[in-house]
Amino acid sequence: MTEEYITGAEALMRSLERQGVDTLFGYPGGSIIPVFDALYDHRDKLRHVLVRHEQGAAHAAQGYARVSGKVGVCLVTSGPGATNTITGIADAMMDSTPLVVIAGQVGTLLLGTDAFQEVDLVGVTQPISKWSYQIRRAEDVAWAVARAFYIAGSGRCGPVVLDFAKNAQVEKTVYKPTVVDFIRSYEPVPDTDQASVEKAVKLIDEAERPLVLVGHGVELGNAQKELQMFVEKADAPCGCTLLGLSALPTSHRLNKGMLGMHGNLGPNVKTNECDVLIAVGMRFDDRVTGNLDSYARQAKIIHLDIDPSEINKNVKVDVAILGDCKQTISLLSQKIRKNSHTEWIDSFKKYEEEEYKSVISKELFPASGPLNMGEVVRAVSDAVNDDAVLVTDVGQNQMMAARYFRYKKERSIVTSGGLGTMGFGLPAAIGATFGQERTVCVFMGDGGLQMNLQELGTVMEQQAPVKMILLNNNYLGNVRQWQAMFFNHRYSFTPMLNPDYMKIMSAYGIPARRVMSRDELADAVKEMLSTKGAFFLEACVIEEGNVLPMTPPGASVNYMLLDC
Amino acid sequence: MDKTLYTLIVYSENIAGLLNQVTAVFTRRQINIESLNVSASSIDGVHKYTITAWTDEDTIKKVVKQIEKKIDVLQAHYFTDDEIFLQEIALYKISTPELQSNANVSKIIRRYNARIVEVNSVYSIVEKPGLTEEIIALYKELQEAGCVLQYVRSGRIAITKSRVERINEFLAGREEKHRHCYNDLN
Ligand SMILES: Cc1ncc(C[n+]2csc(CCOP(=O)(O)OP(=O)(O)O)c2C)c(N)n1
Ligand SMILES: [Mg+2]
Repeated sequence: MTEEYITGAEALMRSLERQGVDTLFGYPGGSIIPVFDALYDHRDKLRHVLVRHEQGAAHAAQGYARVSGKVGVCLVTSGPGATNTITGIADAMMDSTPLVVIAGQVGTLLLGTDAFQEVDLVGVTQPISKWSYQIRRAEDVAWAVARAFYIAGSGRCGPVVLDFAKNAQVEKTVYKPTVVDFIRSYEPVPDTDQASVEKAVKLIDEAERPLVLVGHGVELGNAQKELQMFVEKADAPCGCTLLGLSALPTSHRLNKGMLGMHGNLGPNVKTNECDVLIAVGMRFDDRVTGNLDSYARQAKIIHLDIDPSEINKNVKVDVAILGDCKQTISLLSQKIRKNSHTEWIDSFKKYEEEEYKSVISKELFPASGPLNMGEVVRAVSDAVNDDAVLVTDVGQNQMMAARYFRYKKERSIVTSGGLGTMGFGLPAAIGATFGQERTVCVFMGDGGLQMNLQELGTVMEQQAPVKMILLNNNYLGNVRQWQAMFFNHRYSFTPMLNPDYMKIMSAYGIPARRVMSRDELADAVKEMLSTKGAFFLEACVIEEGNVLPMTPPGASVNYMLLDC
Repeated sequence: MDKTLYTLIVYSENIAGLLNQVTAVFTRRQINIESLNVSASSIDGVHKYTITAWTDEDTIKKVVKQIEKKIDVLQAHYFTDDEIFLQEIALYKISTPELQSNANVSKIIRRYNARIVEVNSVYSIVEKPGLTEEIIALYKELQEAGCVLQYVRSGRIAITKSRVERINEFLAGREEKHRHCYNDLN
């Protein structure tokens, strides 16, 4: 049999298909034309979504990955195309999202000469990616792609960058399907130490006031069922991080709500009252812990994580259980005894009632005045029967959406947590519609929407069925709130003049509606959901609304302002 | 907090760009690297980094884990001076006329057990292996004698005193764990 010689670009196509890739988000350009040329012949298997800006490609791939559990893929050109993906790469690194960004690069003979659209992409992305590699020869394509997908999607997931030199795209090679499932210098899942498990079991069994912190790791590790069994057997109440919100159904009796700066009062206060704190797949981010010196000092802390470098990084722990949480949680469940903590669980009620009275009821059921963000969010959540995927942008809209949306199914929240990237929402929501079948609702602010507004073009072209809700307060509201609270109401460059969004939507042919008042809200939401495909709902909300409760920066986790 | 001079020994695959990634861990944590040496190790294709830095134990532990997290890093460990044999080397370029006219200079060189490895009419080169303190002390004395033209001191190199070779054990363990290794590192 004669060996078939194919180009590096064609080898990339075959390698992607071998990885089970079916969707790519990208944008062509000079240094990646050979790849796009090869893609032209693979359109039946590889669906390419043409975005309007490469940042959009990266966030769309993130949205796709977060809801599907698969690796998201971006395809962009060198230089500016590649640098436009940087924010998405950094965001994926912070939020452990599996991503492979394939960027064109000038030919190897030109490397280092400041050639047209040359940028040292490996150098630029090394600090913000899990792995970054330059493909210089066509024969390396199969190996590099296999390695990239293995690294991105194993262990603690993250973004991988492949910098694909143009000569390697056009040179010919014999394609050899390659599998990488072992790298000697990389241990994706560390061994679990049995003695630590025993120690943890003892602590959990003896705990009188256990509290479980549920993080994104539970979703990434597909351990939602295992977690539920564990907390039920231990009868331990839970607080969820922003990214862990849908790892346990909102309505579960042990789910006590969100942790952190704008989380719920109960789990935050109780963090400093519990006797055993069990953190699962979360990393004690400063937005969760508040002041570290007074964080859970009274508690024995057990930390389950897949990443050894997270152990003792921010919070010193008593027991660390390394490993894949699907396995480690099951191990704990098997070994702990069935417990009951009725009194402890009931003690959350007081804080739930307090928060309801001073914050939630005012947000959801105001007697008069303009619309509140929270009531818009809840109206949508109710109308989708808590069954949609929530995507958010960043700011007040994000916190309100996270707080007032309800989650029934796993992998139902896509938001930029670690990096807090404004402009994330719209493209991530587009990507999410390609990653699964459920309704996708994205809540955005007037600031963040405009940061990647151009992606409306992608919505239009792809007919992506995104339900877009703009919570328009005519302010960079999150910053304005801080200025109000900590900078004496000096609104330095936070008021924003907005365009007529209805006209913009009509230019894109996207059905849209603006609501100003409470009595139109339910009907508008109904129209949004009954309209096939994309819809844009602009809710004109209170201009100077505040997200509450709030742990002021630097304060203890149990100190939350209910008023301001 | 009390600071100690720690020596990190890092083993990695021989891959371009890794040095940046390793040093970036220190930079991000605002730790100055005192000295850095990179060389081949006794294992084919494996590089060895010897890095020293002043910091506290809590921080060095985190640094080690963050370095180990890099995909192409095999292992990282930290040591205090009593756990390793360590060595540095310095070269001193001194003026030959000064060396000849000032008897004190050759006395100093002998007292420090340093070696003259090159002499010509203009300059001579002195070589001194040892610990930082002696190397600097020799430099100071030669400087006082007014004869130093150039001076350079290497980074520290170190070898562990332990009787087990952790890197070998690590590699054997990894191979054991996954006997089927396809087409890895080319
Ligand atoms: C790219 C980026 N730039 C700046 C910020 C800082 N920032 C955080 S929230 C916020 C205001 C967001 O305003 P808007 O999108 O209108 O949302 P709102 O808070 O009003 O709901 C800003 C400027 C950010 N998070 N990301
Ligand atoms: Mg706003």
